[in-house]
Amino acid sequence: MGRIGTIARRTFLVGSAALLGGVAFGYYKYKQPEDNPLDDDLADGTAALTPYVLINADGVTLITPRADKGQGAYSVQAALIAEELDVDLDQINVDPGPPSAAYWNTAIAAEGVPFPSTDRGFAAETMRGFMGAVIKLMGMQITGGSTTVPDGFEKLRVAGAVARETLKAAAAEMSGLAVTQLKTERGAVVLPDGKRIPYEALAAKAAEIEPVTDVALRPSTQWKLVGKPMQRVDMVAKSTGTQSYGIDMRMEGMVHAAVRVNPRKGGEVISFDATQAEGMRGVQKVIPVTGGVGVIADNTWRAFQAVDAIEVEWGTAPYPAEQSEHWQALADTIDAGDVDATPRDDGDVDRAGTTVEAEYRAPYLAHAPLEPMNATVLVTDDRVDVWTGNQIPRMTQASVAKMTGMDADDVHVHILMMGGSFGHRLEDEVVKRATELAMAMKGTPVKLTYKREEDTLQDFTRPIAMMRGRGAVADGKVTAMEIKVASPSIMDSQMVERQGFPVPGPDTTITQGLWDQPYAIPNYRVIGYRAPKLGPVSSWRSVGASQNGFFHENFLNALIHEAGADPVEERLRLMTDNPSRKTLEAVAEMSGWGGELAANKARGVAFCLSFGTPCAQVIEITNGEEGITLDKVWVAAEVGKVVDPINFENLVAGGVIWGLGHAINSQITYADGMAEQENFFDFEGLRNNQAPEIFVRGMENRDYVTGVGEPPVPPAAPALAEAIFRATGERPTEMPFGERFGFV
Amino acid sequence: MKLTVNGVAHDVDVEEDMPLLWVLRDELKIDGPKYGCGVAACGACTVHVDGVAVRSCQTFLGDVDGPVTTMEGLGNPDEMHAVQAAWLTHQVAQCGYCQGGQMMQAAELLANNSAPTDEDIDDAMSGNLCRCGTYPRIRAAVKTAAKSLQEG
Repeated sequence: MGRIGTIARRTFLVGSAALLGGVAFGYYKYKQPEDNPLDDDLADGTAALTPYVLINADGVTLITPRADKGQGAYSVQAALIAEELDVDLDQINVDPGPPSAAYWNTAIAAEGVPFPSTDRGFAAETMRGFMGAVIKLMGMQITGGSTTVPDGFEKLRVAGAVARETLKAAAAEMSGLAVTQLKTERGAVVLPDGKRIPYEALAAKAAEIEPVTDVALRPSTQWKLVGKPMQRVDMVAKSTGTQSYGIDMRMEGMVHAAVRVNPRKGGEVISFDATQAEGMRGVQKVIPVTGGVGVIADNTWRAFQAVDAIEVEWGTAPYPAEQSEHWQALADTIDAGDVDATPRDDGDVDRAGTTVEAEYRAPYLAHAPLEPMNATVLVTDDRVDVWTGNQIPRMTQASVAKMTGMDADDVHVHILMMGGSFGHRLEDEVVKRATELAMAMKGTPVKLTYKREEDTLQDFTRPIAMMRGRGAVADGKVTAMEIKVASPSIMDSQMVERQGFPVPGPDTTITQGLWDQPYAIPNYRVIGYRAPKLGPVSSWRSVGASQNGFFHENFLNALIHEAGADPVEERLRLMTDNPSRKTLEAVAEMSGWGGELAANKARGVAFCLSFGTPCAQVIEITNGEEGITLDKVWVAAEVGKVVDPINFENLVAGGVIWGLGHAINSQITYADGMAEQENFFDFEGLRNNQAPEIFVRGMENRDYVTGVGEPPVPPAAPALAEAIFRATGERPTEMPFGERFGFV
Repeated sequence: MKLTVNGVAHDVDVEEDMPLLWVLRDELKIDGPKYGCGVAACGACTVHVDGVAVRSCQTFLGDVDGPVTTMEGLGNPDEMHAVQAAWLTHQVAQCGYCQGGQMMQAAELLANNSAPTDEDIDDAMSGNLCRCGTYPRIRAAVKTAAKSLQEG
């Protein structure tokens, strides 16, 4: 990696007009291609055939602008380019590329539009296109929202095709043959006599000619990679301990740093005494940072020891100090009736009567990826370099430019492989703290590593949320369902407060996964309430749907039980979207739903449509003498096209485990303004001994492609809640379930 | 202090109470062992000392009384240990950050138990946290590795 940054100078301009997929609006700024960021650093004989393909004498490098935090993004992006470029994954390098507006993410807008994802009608598509245009103008290079594949599915294949056809045109000029006589395979143009010209040998010529942008994509019947099992490009390294992560960054003269920031997040430092720390072995400097203190030392452990030896008096938290006050704030918000949005209001819930009422809660949750937050920053007189694993390189570049007074062009953000994220790396506080330290250590690279405790205490968590539901049943059917949900706003906290990025209108994450479910309940209302600022919050794997999937489906299961109906049959009756229905039919068939179970076993089912992907799950548990065991989970997800079935299965199973682990074991609670949990002994998710067997099926019943990083999470908790209800007679109302129910 | 890692003898001048993890990473530049928790709660730092799997973040250098093996000493991309080969076959990793520790733990398990049951695997492997949730594949890969070790 990092090869691009070392290449010397501009020689070649591409027209990447063919990359402008999606809806073309009539205004110039949107249609104008972004400059190709690879052009800035190109050496002679190097061709950057689109912003996604770089070829030089060393080989072919595919630029994979969506960051890899473990989801296999590099591999899947490389495969999409390679499908049209005719290279194999063992022949190419991948590079996440520099921060650039050219790598805008258009698909991320899809979750913010007021149309259900199953609505592909004109108005909905136009709105999505418009939102995509806005995001392009802002150049949001973001990895998130399960958008890597939907965003890249066409764009990256077009990039591969443009590169291939341009290389063929170059070969035609060099050989004097017609383009139609040329073929491509395994990284070479093949002449009619079988002679192969490797792409590397064509790079110089390709750099001289106009790129061929009039290309057609191959039909799916000709795909050689997409849809077939692949070996991920990072798998050998990750199977041999040779994969390098941000935390492994090492440079000549680098120093190691640790920080402690006020665990009352956003609170001030009243005073500190670093006398002891300054005298400890290896300590070079104590540096105040925003809201805390930092230590520069010659070794990570010495920095940790020293920063812990600093006596600090912390200021109060800018939010309620005790957890009970947070819950009260949610209840008060609903009681006050201050509605943020009513995105669904079908029929007349008020006239339909009420037969069932419920109140459910979902706790704060930390992201806690296994690799703690870290960043290495070097500040010099004329540039800043940042090496880190994060999903928002453009925003990080802007933040660092502002802090250092540099032009954004002089801030170079190098994205490194991430040891997990789950949304944590959509934040860049660690880069800001590292930059503060590096500004005080000008000319010296500073690697800041968060202690695990710091990582947990400073985490911007999933919001807490409270749901109040009421509903009615009649004649064995669900006839009415109203869900009121209150939570603090992710948009206020993450985008407005920390990134300075205005987000007008309702916060759609508050009702995400609630209002757009494909059910035709005749009286059906969803109301979102935006709580005042509480603990700072952020996007956590599946965002609003992570708690709302639990709320919606647990309550729907309660209503279906009240109606005396079967939870699979009643859902199928209510469902309006055929691909969604097929996911539910699939898990019913896979699990043998409705069959006889042993006396101490029980099953539950749930469904959630999130990030455009319908996902259904059935779980089977044993209620034994020592507690509840999670035995088996059957899961089906509709994504339009499974790009790599092996990685798909792993991601889906991981999402289920993520959903289950936090549903039963984990929460973050506040006392005295601080999170009470700080390490994996009190916040762990699921471990091997609790993990169920998982059976996964990918569904392909649609003509558009959606992602799968997050959608398996929301149905896991409510499916389990239903199974627990059937096993014990008591329906869980609050996560984590382990507070109330015993698990093996 | 003297320390042998992956067959190479080192002399390190650090505090006796520095955890082995940081001696390996910051002093000897051996990055296979990962920092995850610092309190022996996640297993990402697992290495072998005299063939026994230990959490290097909670093993003081002064207490290391035998040769140390890390992922780098277990095998490499050109010559993989059976466990590493099985991890590749099953494509276990997602982020991969815990997997070095998982593989070191699995290698110790298989050195002592050539045919572990599901329960044996759970017992041995549940101290190693995987936040991505790759446990089903870890179980499968341990069994594949056991089989290939049995077959020699």
